[in-house]
Amino acid sequence: MSEQTFLERLAQRADKRAPEPTWIAARRQAGAARFEALGFPTRRDEAWKYTDVRAIANGEFALAEDADFSQTVAATLTLPIDAYRLTFVDGVYAPALSQLEGLPQGVQLLPLSQALADNHEAVGGPLGRLTGVEFSPFSALNTAFMEEGAVLRLAPGSVVDKPLVVQFLSRHGKAPVMSHPRLLVEAGARSQATLIEHHIGEEGATNFTNLVAELIIERGAILDHYKLQEAPLGDLHVASIHAEQARDSRYTSFNLNLGGGLVRNDLISDLNGQGAVANFYGLFYGQGRQHIDNHTVANHNAPLTFSNENYKGILDDRARGVFNGRVVVKRDSQKIEGFQSNANLLLSDRAEIDAKPELEIYADDVKCSHGTTTGQLDQEAIFALRTRGIDLQTARGLLTLAFAGEVLEEVNLDVIAERVELAVAGKLPERFNLTGLVEAAAALDEQ
Amino acid sequence: MLEVKDLHVEVEGQAILKGLSLSIKAGEVHAIMGPNGAGKSTLSAVIAGKDGYEVTRGSITFEGKDVLEMEIEERAQAGLLLGFQYPVEIPGVKNIYLLKAALNAQRKARGEEEVPAPEFMKLIKDKLGEMKMDASFLQRAVNEGFSGGEKKRNEILQMLVLQPKLAMLDEIDSGLDIDAMKVVADGVNSLRAADRGILLVTHYQRLLDYIVPDQVHVLVDGRIAKSGDAELAKQLESRGYDWVVEESAA
Repeated sequence: MSEQTFLERLAQRADKRAPEPTWIAARRQAGAARFEALGFPTRRDEAWKYTDVRAIANGEFALAEDADFSQTVAATLTLPIDAYRLTFVDGVYAPALSQLEGLPQGVQLLPLSQALADNHEAVGGPLGRLTGVEFSPFSALNTAFMEEGAVLRLAPGSVVDKPLVVQFLSRHGKAPVMSHPRLLVEAGARSQATLIEHHIGEEGATNFTNLVAELIIERGAILDHYKLQEAPLGDLHVASIHAEQARDSRYTSFNLNLGGGLVRNDLISDLNGQGAVANFYGLFYGQGRQHIDNHTVANHNAPLTFSNENYKGILDDRARGVFNGRVVVKRDSQKIEGFQSNANLLLSDRAEIDAKPELEIYADDVKCSHGTTTGQLDQEAIFALRTRGIDLQTARGLLTLAFAGEVLEEVNLDVIAERVELAVAGKLPERFNLTGLVEAAAALDEQ
Repeated sequence: MLEVKDLHVEVEGQAILKGLSLSIKAGEVHAIMGPNGAGKSTLSAVIAGKDGYEVTRGSITFEGKDVLEMEIEERAQAGLLLGFQYPVEIPGVKNIYLLKAALNAQRKARGEEEVPAPEFMKLIKDKLGEMKMDASFLQRAVNEGFSGGEKKRNEILQMLVLQPKLAMLDEIDSGLDIDAMKVVADGVNSLRAADRGILLVTHYQRLLDYIVPDQVHVLVDGRIAKSGDAELAKQLESRGYDWVVEESAA
């Protein structure tokens, strides 16, 4: 029984753990019970039809004991951006790799362990409210194991001057490890921040990350949430991300997936108040035998709510992608707009995509659209480029970048946009130097 | 410069060109005219290397090199450039990217360094001015949302930047109003040079009022039925193509 391995690990951990507040112990128990009852999902479960999690279920994962990590290596992995930073190594908080000095008044970014030590009751209220043990076997498993993670609290009206980076480093150690981090965001009314969740690690790592993120976005708050997935190609990653949006709030998710061997994201936003806007931008690039599964849901629970989704997939080699996007309009949620678009580009005959857009509408005065397309590079365009002397590889690279462009243009952080651009075009033997051209064009405009 | 000898081309098993021969020397402007379906566009497509055209007999050489053995990009790098009748829209690829990439590909093939950015931008600015295009064109995706006239001007802009040895312009006048045609014709005329050949493919004589060719060829049923000077084009304008067709059938 593979589930048994995980439950044994849990028992071993419990023996070592210091006494905890009763609510945590109770939830842990509920998580374990739920996980035991459900077991890992199989291909027979509709939500997991295209994603085989046996690599996780049959794995043997220890829990990391420390956060030792070379400063030099970390420096090469960390996003080169002026930011507040919280770093976890295989799920363990790494103060030496974090930078939290100078956080503005009213902004708290701290490890979950510290938030619990400071005032566990303040955590107990929101934690697990959006993503409980019922959500999936993985959320149940996370709840059973949860110990660490990031807590971000934005006081009403606070505006954060720099991005807030929560960095997850994955080590290539002796044996694979697992981590079950939490991400809890409480964005107070009219607050504004950019959160960057960055997953990256050492080549050769084969760890399992099982993340639960809950984002509570109060009235009028604006949150940009980047998830930059650059984990090593052997890493396994499951994330349940749940946002709750009050009136006039805006949540923008940038789900940029370049790394990870097996990645599953469940991204949900509950649009609970009039004027709430959710933007879901996604770009996934798979190569080798990567498997990337994105499930998204926009729940229009109130009238006059707006969701806009654009996901682009680029799959090479034998990579496999899954896109499942749902727009749900509750009864009487009139005058909502829900737009969804998914386009996929297959660069190889052996790459595969399973795309399923879904609309569930229980109101009559709504504006909704959805569509999915899958294609290959435009041969006419390749020919046109080659007739200008551009070789086949460069032509393909240019068109691949062009395909990604629509989503990349939404990315406001140049460091991230360039990183994704280079990753997508950098696989080509002759990378096209875009940076110089952008500068040259800008210079001409100034003249 | 360009020698086409006894060219036979099939598309999906159907013979389109049936023994076409043509010789273009440096400094000359040739116009190929003819009724619809005569195979006018096939010739330039085959020279550029488009898929789906099977050469069953004959040869194409450019400066002594066998064109049919060259990759598409090698032909362009060697100086053979095709201006499209229907320029392709390339969403997401900015004009400036295309121009720079194309120019550098050509330079690289000749063993030259990449063009320095200031020099490149000066060149582009001059050529944009010639084609009466403003700098915002550079930031737009290639041909996306361009009007017919803008697309054609963009083709000529590429020619002006890349300075081909042989410029082939396929129906460059189609869909142009008279003002746009003048701009395009001025662009083509500025390409005229002692070391450059130009091949115009056109259905209408009107273009040739602005770009006066050295030689005019009438293509009928896959062969050149008649050749002459610019006067021949004028005759075609007043008399139509039927008399050439009848003459060649006789």
